Amino acid sequence: MTRHSPLEDRHSALGASLIEFAGWLMPVRYSSDLAEHVAVRTGAGLFDLSHMGEIVVTGPGAADALDFALVGRAGIIEAGRAKYTMICAEDGGVIDDLVAYRLGADRFMIVANASNADVVVGEIRQRCQGFECEVLDESARTALVAVQGPLALKIVEAMVDPGDVSLVSSLRYYASATASVDGKSLLIARTGYTGEDGFEFFCPIDRAGHLWDLALEKGAPMGIAVCGLAARDTLRLEAGMPLYGHELSLERTPFEAGLGRVVRLGSPEKPRAEFVGQAALGEAAARRSAWNEDPESAPEDARVLIGLEGEGRRSAREGYAVFATEGAVGQVTSGAPSPTLGHPIAMAYVHPKYSAVGTHLKVDIRGRHEEMVVSALPFYQRPNY
Amino acid sequence: MANIPDELRYTDEHEWVSGDVSAGAVVTIGITEYATAALGDIVYVEAPAVGDTVKAGEVCGELESTKAVSELYSPVTGVVTEVNQAVLDAPEILNRDAYGDGWLLKIKASAANTKLLNAEQYAAIVD
Repeated sequence: MTRHSPLEDRHSALGASLIEFAGWLMPVRYSSDLAEHVAVRTGAGLFDLSHMGEIVVTGPGAADALDFALVGRAGIIEAGRAKYTMICAEDGGVIDDLVAYRLGADRFMIVANASNADVVVGEIRQRCQGFECEVLDESARTALVAVQGPLALKIVEAMVDPGDVSLVSSLRYYASATASVDGKSLLIARTGYTGEDGFEFFCPIDRAGHLWDLALEKGAPMGIAVCGLAARDTLRLEAGMPLYGHELSLERTPFEAGLGRVVRLGSPEKPRAEFVGQAALGEAAARRSAWNEDPESAPEDARVLIGLEGEGRRSAREGYAVFATEGAVGQVTSGAPSPTLGHPIAMAYVHPKYSAVGTHLKVDIRGRHEEMVVSALPFYQRPNY
Repeated sequence: MANIPDELRYTDEHEWVSGDVSAGAVVTIGITEYATAALGDIVYVEAPAVGDTVKAGEVCGELESTKAVSELYSPVTGVVTEVNQAVLDAPEILNRDAYGDGWLLKIKASAANTKLLNAEQYAAIVD
């Protein structure tokens, strides 16, 4: 059964094209996905992300439970801060990538992808058994609205009650706080998935409409644009951020995805308690280091995630084969013409031999081989970052 | 609801043709507003060159947006007599005016095409 955002009526009234995404009917674009993308890079954009999953873990054992359940160390996140992390299977494959917000000493909120939310809730519940904590799936009751872009701060300052303006301005990147909007408190986090500064508002679904209207009203003088999933996808791709089902999957470990940094394996100096996937991820880390040192030694089916940029106009798309002179060496996971850079960009899994920045490769774009060059990720980084 | 002008003929692959196609006639073709809306902002158009032979129902080019790529099927068999260079240079014209400034090709038809849809039939497909 299709799930609906509490903001669906507003999207329709704004002329959105709605598509089914991860079981939810969500706006793919309102009028122009390019204009929406540009608005976020140069001004501000407003997104409805109510399809995302919110899982609250609470209780004196919550930190230890999440230390066991996730690959990062939840226990060392300070209250009021957030961390990008993942939940992996026993064999090291990625079940989902997550943002873990520590809301208090004994309270965490985990934000999961809509497509994986139910699986993640189930896994976390199971992994938290035996710890003194409770796992609550708040997804259906929680709306998520994001204001992203260089002007996001100005808009959010205008949205919150006067007493909380300085709280918002001093909020650090990847931090969250309870602020009040029209006398009612809600959770505001300085996080996002666009490569720009920005804020995310978590609130009960019955307040989402008012919050959305307020963002549009306060953002209007600054040219805020309502943005759909199409813009969200090109924004995250330019920012080199992985998308589950494309760059991340059960078939790949975080180390192949170039995101080994999110895994805290522990060491004799900094030991950590056991977590799910630890043994397999330890091996994956060692494999990746060996491939980095001697790419020739990597087995035929070894793969690492790279960025690709093209000079032509045709874009590589998901699933297209990547070729070196010797033959097929990998596959594209995401690709699009970059609105900001003006040329095609893509992410792909290739054999480690072909992963060095500057390597010339070819992508089979619907029967024609087009040249692309391996480039460093991200493709785009915001100024003054 | 996308605009579907009564005076045009259509294919089920979302191309439009101006006028009825009979052998020897020069027709103008393009893609429908429904197609441009579904693709989103079109950023690249690949079209055949003047003098190329195209065949009804066969791929003769492609349209690419940030989100997707779609093939262009020729609605008629014939020889390309004109290509809209303005659209190749500025594909956003397609999103703005799919039936006017956004025309793609003029083709001198070598055979009649009786399989084209009228506006009502095409509307039934995209509805």
